[in-house]
Amino acid sequence: MKRDILFRVEALSTYFPIRKGIFRRVAGHVRAVDGVDLTVARGETLGLVGESGCGKTTLGRSLLRLVETTSGRILYRLDGRMRGIDELSRAQMRRFRSQAQIVFQNPYSSLNPTKTVSQTLDEPLRVFGMKVRHRRQERIAELLQAVNLRPEYMTRYPHQFSGGQRQRIALARSLTVDPIFLLCDEPVSALDVSVQTQVLNLLREIQRERGLTMVFIAHDLKVVEYMSDVVAVMYLGRIVERFPADALSRTVHPYTRALIAAIPVADPARRGAKTILTGEVPDPANPPRGCRFHPRCPLRQAILSGRVQADAQRCVEEEPQWRHVAPGHHAACHHYEHGR
Amino acid sequence: MAAIPDRSAHQHSELLTVRDLKTQLHTRRGTVKAVDGVSFSVRSGRSLGIVGETGSGKSMTAYSIMRLLPARTARIVSGAIHYATADGDVVDIAGLQPFGVRMRRLRGREIALIFQDSLSALNPVHTIGFQIAENLRNNTALTRSEVKDRAAELLAEVGMSAPQRRIRQFPHELSGGMRQRALIAIALAAQPRLLIADEPTTALDVTVEAQILQLITGLQKHHGMGLILITHDMGVIAQTVDAVAVMYLGDIIEYGDVSTIFARPQHPYTVKLLESIIELGSRGKELQPIEGSIPDPTTLNPGCKFYSRCPLRKQKAEGNEPPLIEVEPDHFVKCYRFDGSDY
Repeated sequence: MKRDILFRVEALSTYFPIRKGIFRRVAGHVRAVDGVDLTVARGETLGLVGESGCGKTTLGRSLLRLVETTSGRILYRLDGRMRGIDELSRAQMRRFRSQAQIVFQNPYSSLNPTKTVSQTLDEPLRVFGMKVRHRRQERIAELLQAVNLRPEYMTRYPHQFSGGQRQRIALARSLTVDPIFLLCDEPVSALDVSVQTQVLNLLREIQRERGLTMVFIAHDLKVVEYMSDVVAVMYLGRIVERFPADALSRTVHPYTRALIAAIPVADPARRGAKTILTGEVPDPANPPRGCRFHPRCPLRQAILSGRVQADAQRCVEEEPQWRHVAPGHHAACHHYEHGR
Repeated sequence: MAAIPDRSAHQHSELLTVRDLKTQLHTRRGTVKAVDGVSFSVRSGRSLGIVGETGSGKSMTAYSIMRLLPARTARIVSGAIHYATADGDVVDIAGLQPFGVRMRRLRGREIALIFQDSLSALNPVHTIGFQIAENLRNNTALTRSEVKDRAAELLAEVGMSAPQRRIRQFPHELSGGMRQRALIAIALAAQPRLLIADEPTTALDVTVEAQILQLITGLQKHHGMGLILITHDMGVIAQTVDAVAVMYLGDIIEYGDVSTIFARPQHPYTVKLLESIIELGSRGKELQPIEGSIPDPTTLNPGCKFYSRCPLRKQKAEGNEPPLIEVEPDHFVKCYRFDGSDY
């Protein structure tokens, strides 16, 4: 089956300048995204997972052209053709904006506290061409029902809702324009655990019903696995492994394995010594040479203490290229087969 | 709420015994019964996990024990907090002046607290070394030169590399994980006998979280401290503590051994919570969430607090507070389903 591509990202880098001194001289760059290749197929949910500072949010925002990229290209299928999103005409950009929507992490700051729910949802409807007022009101009522909120809530203000309800309002707002693509940036990490599952189930339901394409960003691998068809693991601005979500147990990259091992399992019978990653994520302004993970890599440590130490040198000198693991499953690691 | 019965055989070894503690918060929107009659105990060398969501009262319980409640808005209304000191005395912390000599002596020397947010818990204008030394000077008999060496030793003990350099660094120069380690070093400086950790890893990345949890439990065992670990994460509970208290809106609704609670949860809230949390391998399943959201704590109806969201509610629980029932040895559940009545 040929995958119908919605987004294609080619060698994308997004750097942020670090300014110092009274003249705000550029002293270096934070390489938030540093050479990412990625495709998002239509109707599929791509999960983007990594620890803080790995560049997952910047990558997401680059997709929507919410930040200026440094190099590389992002192609989006608009009107049946793949087009670079920084080459769109005004009219095309407007269509792109109405097709690609975002749900932010914090529903306490992403909703305007001075506007009622109805006002919040009315604006995008009006801007994107629904002129008749009572038609818009009907549409708002429909949208609220779609996110399991009562239409009567229309006249209330954000502070009258709980975190989970606010996140559903934010979701309703992103659905006003009938998007085909939804970027969810940590949509449940600010919510209580009992409410997280509610919001995630709603997102899954809406994704299925509308055939939405989704990029789902989270630091929590459990949540990403629950939500996604395909998972990409990021570390220091790079994607290190991508795999079908149901192949999580067969992942091979030592960083992915370490992320899985670090998750506290809700089962006291499965305690015990596990390999815990040492050290912390290095400074993204000055990433390590070769494989960026090599200073913390447990696999490299194992190789170093083994017989063929020359192999470990490769991690320091050479950037790993994509290697085919299984259909749809790739890892950027020189030595993953030693970890099996 | 019925107190958890005393097991007189063990009583001498209890480090901390909280009995029917009630703490109220006075807000502009009304009074919140933040802690509404909780009882539990912690022994030396053992750990208790308090787990709950926002507004469950888990942090307020910790602040009540430390007597660090905001003075203008929060107050311990009733109950006792018995603490057995190193000298063999038992003091009721609830009856002490929050900033009197006796309480100040308990804080740090006997009981230490690790906060969630290491950036605001540390003083930004002093070095890490100064902040450890401050605790050592106040709470130990060490000389000036001993203090300096001990500070570096403590940093090494919490796994910080190059401790001699770290003691001269300021909090903003450290990463989140390193700050949390520094905070643990400060807490341990005066060798407390009870350690309270309030969401110590919530702000950290998962790989760093695993490091810090391993550090805390390792130190607790090594020093034979009692530990109260407060978290919202059932996974953290399952991996670290001996006993669990599940809190919901100021009540402990279930209490027991960690393996019992996970193997045989009984309270509908605990059961639903364990069913609804996402775990690795949840993909493909349709997890059933707990319906509704946590009610507004200022306008709570009397009776069982989980009543409005409970899938198994009994009529009797509306308006009547359920008793705490021992459903099997050392396993307590606050729910009418276990009182033997039919409705």
